[in-house]
Amino acid sequence: MSRRHQNFRNYRQEQKLTQRRVLASAVLVLLLAVVLIARLFYLQVIEHQLYQTKADDNRVMLVTEPPPRGLIYDRNGVVLADNRPIHSLTVIPERVTNFPRLKQMLSGIIDINDSEWEDFDDRLKEYRRPYQSLTLKSQLTDEEWARISVDLYKLDGVQVEAQLTRYYPFGEAFAHAIGYVGRITSKDLERVDRQAYQGALFIGKTGVEGFYEKTLFGEAGLSKVEVNARGRIMSELERQNPTPGKDLYLYLDARLQQYAYDLLGDYTGSVVAIDPTTGGVLALVSKPGYDPNLFVRGISVKNYALLRQSKKLPLFNRALRGGYPPASTIKPFMALAGLEYGFASWTERYFAKGYYQINPDGRRYRDWKRTGHGWINLERSIIESVDTYYYQLANKMGITPIHNFLTRFGFGQSNLLDLYGESNGLLPSSEWKKAKYREPWYSGDSVNVGIGQGFMVATPLQMASATSALASKGHYFYPRMTRLIGGQPAEFENGLGDEHDIVLKDQRNWDRMTDAMRKVITDSQGTARRLQGTEYDIAGKTGTGQVFSLQEDEEYDSEKLEKRLHDHALFIGFAPAKTPKIAVFAIFENGGSSSKPADLTGQLFNAYLHDDYPERYDYLKGNKND
Amino acid sequence: MTDSFYRRAVSFTNARLWKLVHIDVLLMGSLLLLIGGGLFILYSASGQNVAMVERQAFRLAIGLLVCLALAQLPPKYMRRASPALFIFITVLLIGVLLFGVGAKGAQRWLALPGGLRFQPSEIMKIVMPMMIAWYFSDRQLPPNLKHILTVLSLIILPVLIIAKQPDLGTALLVAVSGVFVLFLAGLRWRYILGAAALAPIAGYALWQFMHDYQRQRVLTFLNPESDPLGAGWNIIQSKTAIGSGGLYGKGWLEGTQAQLDFLPESHTDFIIAVLAEEFGMLGCSVLILAYLLVITRGLYISATAADNYARLLAGSLTLTFFVYMFVNIGMVSGILPVVGVPLPLVSYGGTSIITIMATFGILMSIQTHKKAR
Repeated sequence: MSRRHQNFRNYRQEQKLTQRRVLASAVLVLLLAVVLIARLFYLQVIEHQLYQTKADDNRVMLVTEPPPRGLIYDRNGVVLADNRPIHSLTVIPERVTNFPRLKQMLSGIIDINDSEWEDFDDRLKEYRRPYQSLTLKSQLTDEEWARISVDLYKLDGVQVEAQLTRYYPFGEAFAHAIGYVGRITSKDLERVDRQAYQGALFIGKTGVEGFYEKTLFGEAGLSKVEVNARGRIMSELERQNPTPGKDLYLYLDARLQQYAYDLLGDYTGSVVAIDPTTGGVLALVSKPGYDPNLFVRGISVKNYALLRQSKKLPLFNRALRGGYPPASTIKPFMALAGLEYGFASWTERYFAKGYYQINPDGRRYRDWKRTGHGWINLERSIIESVDTYYYQLANKMGITPIHNFLTRFGFGQSNLLDLYGESNGLLPSSEWKKAKYREPWYSGDSVNVGIGQGFMVATPLQMASATSALASKGHYFYPRMTRLIGGQPAEFENGLGDEHDIVLKDQRNWDRMTDAMRKVITDSQGTARRLQGTEYDIAGKTGTGQVFSLQEDEEYDSEKLEKRLHDHALFIGFAPAKTPKIAVFAIFENGGSSSKPADLTGQLFNAYLHDDYPERYDYLKGNKND
Repeated sequence: MTDSFYRRAVSFTNARLWKLVHIDVLLMGSLLLLIGGGLFILYSASGQNVAMVERQAFRLAIGLLVCLALAQLPPKYMRRASPALFIFITVLLIGVLLFGVGAKGAQRWLALPGGLRFQPSEIMKIVMPMMIAWYFSDRQLPPNLKHILTVLSLIILPVLIIAKQPDLGTALLVAVSGVFVLFLAGLRWRYILGAAALAPIAGYALWQFMHDYQRQRVLTFLNPESDPLGAGWNIIQSKTAIGSGGLYGKGWLEGTQAQLDFLPESHTDFIIAVLAEEFGMLGCSVLILAYLLVITRGLYISATAADNYARLLAGSLTLTFFVYMFVNIGMVSGILPVVGVPLPLVSYGGTSIITIMATFGILMSIQTHKKAR
């Protein structure tokens, strides 16, 4: 069939056929070209805005420049929290093509241990801005820095960055007061402006660092930059410089703080010193402390476990959160309460036996002195710390007046204006007991509270600030850490106000009580007579807090007891008695006798009032004129 | 006045001198327009890399020489050489399969002594339509079933070899260049419709034949957002570049997508996105218009060619050139899968420039060797 066709080939017709096909093709070409144009029209005109935005999102990035953090000074200008330049080895994970190879190459240059790699891997999993560098090894030595610099060009994504790190020059004695900064966790980011903290290395966690985070941080600089596809910054479009954080000047006296810490010796315990004329905290010691520098770039799991598991609880802030029975140091307050409500008077005489009974054949509440004190009055009850006097006084008063009166001195509530985490302690009331134990308040409960035992619990800070209120004759300043913020006097906004007056029905009772407390030292029977011989008057009160309850007729024998069951040794005091400049509370946990805190307080008074510090503290002297 | 301008233009293009050196002025003019514009875009797309533009210009110059050389060769010699060429290139393709040099997981090159490399699949883009056109040159049109099957079997072998390299883009273009001859030869519409009906089945067969990365490209095309940082990145970024260009573009060298490297392959396959970003829809339309000029002239040459061989060959080569451009722009703008077809004469790079310029040499030869009527 085909052969026949071939015989009669019509070239003209074949040409026409192909030409028709060419024409059809031309039409098709045109149609498809229209399709392309239509597609371009769709993308470039109809959807233009969408893609314009996408293109801008691609290239414009906000980069945050962390501001330098404000410094923290003590009252004499000693830097307690400093910024230090360091060189760190950082990695931009997006630029690393082969991690195992990088690991291998780095190991040949500098020593990076396994835990540093583990830390790095952990942080790699956390929230992070793309192309943000992660620290692999911080604080390179000069030698390490030199060695790595030579090979840096071979290591994709690795760089040496100069950064400011936080540094606490005086370490553990100040840890509980100053606190520390630490790595920013995703939880931290929930309470701050995420954008502002991009690029920041740390955030205030505890202490002054935590409370004043906003002030110390300042305002992050923000620049709008144009980046290329690899995240490299090509140009800066807009820029807003960072505002450095404000410096803080504390009331804290670095020498006093360190001295008090050292004077606690091997004991655990706490010392809080307050200036009664301002409420400023001069020392806030909780022993043991810890090295806050460990936390700055993230503490290792091993070190953290060591701190957590230590029986001495170094991470526990005893000054703010330690709940102790105030023991006999409550007596001046109890006496003032009795006077206020007419249950006691300065003249009334009382026969103090070796014990006190609510009912003639009831339980015997024993005095620390088995033989009793004989005929005494209120003043002598303070001087000799007569327990039975306060048993009977508390029993007469009942808990409600005690509760109301002690509340005015700040017991049972947190008072510190500028630190977080203070505990309320416990100032019991019958309502409290009913709610807590579903039991009524018994007379025996009052009796125990009368000598600062039983349900009552106070923190060292509460004791110190109540003592400060005694010292200032009721002109009570809420305790505070910070004197100046960025050169301006600190202002506080927590609803408490700055200060208030505790007005007694008979204001002369302040002076009389001070006099009685002065005699605790000067009287030959005074429980703190060991502090005699100073050029100025000290007013004070000793205390010995029971850690465990003795049975009714059991004798306290420190020799037989384990140390952890020894009595806590407490002391409150202020000086000079007439014009007090410093009020102190000190506690030696399981210290046994109150001579230890009394001695410590005496030494702090000498140091603070007469500049009588051992020479080794000169490095913390600062510049008084500052 | 327009009349005399027109007459002068016609007399210029008809000038005997051009005929003597076998240059088709209209075709050459639109090609030069395209090439010039292309170099201009490349300068921006390469990140203002003058050396790159120079290398491209050098290649284009060689391409022009090849074009002019082929234009001197009368079509009848091409016709006679067609079967031998076809067999020779097919053998070379088999050679590539066995002894080829690889790059990026694909084996496309044949190493020649002296460090030269040579890609037979590129040449097949020309030799395939030559072969099919030769086959029809002494057979009656329209083709009957036996001819169709013969032609299809001629097409299938080289295409399979090239697809196996794997080079899907070239395989597609080679297949298409053969099929176009069949179409121009008058393949009956009922066959065309029948084939269209069978396309889904063929598609399935093709899917089975594909490499994983090729399948991935198709899948990514169907849903680019599924892997925005990986496989979908190219399409998303090129669409963003095109869309953000708007009607008039951001200006030469001002395209942020291109200049900040968000656009991948910006100087090769995705170069049209650079044009679209910096010169907008207006610039793209001008480029497409330039292509249409070339294609229109090519189709005219085909329609007016002297014999079947020349007609079929010229038409097929022109349409293949169009497919080049359509597939490229289609894939960059996101209506076709990313198959790795460069934008002809504009994209930076190698062998395709020479073969494409050779194509136009053949077209010019066909046009200028016609006997005057």
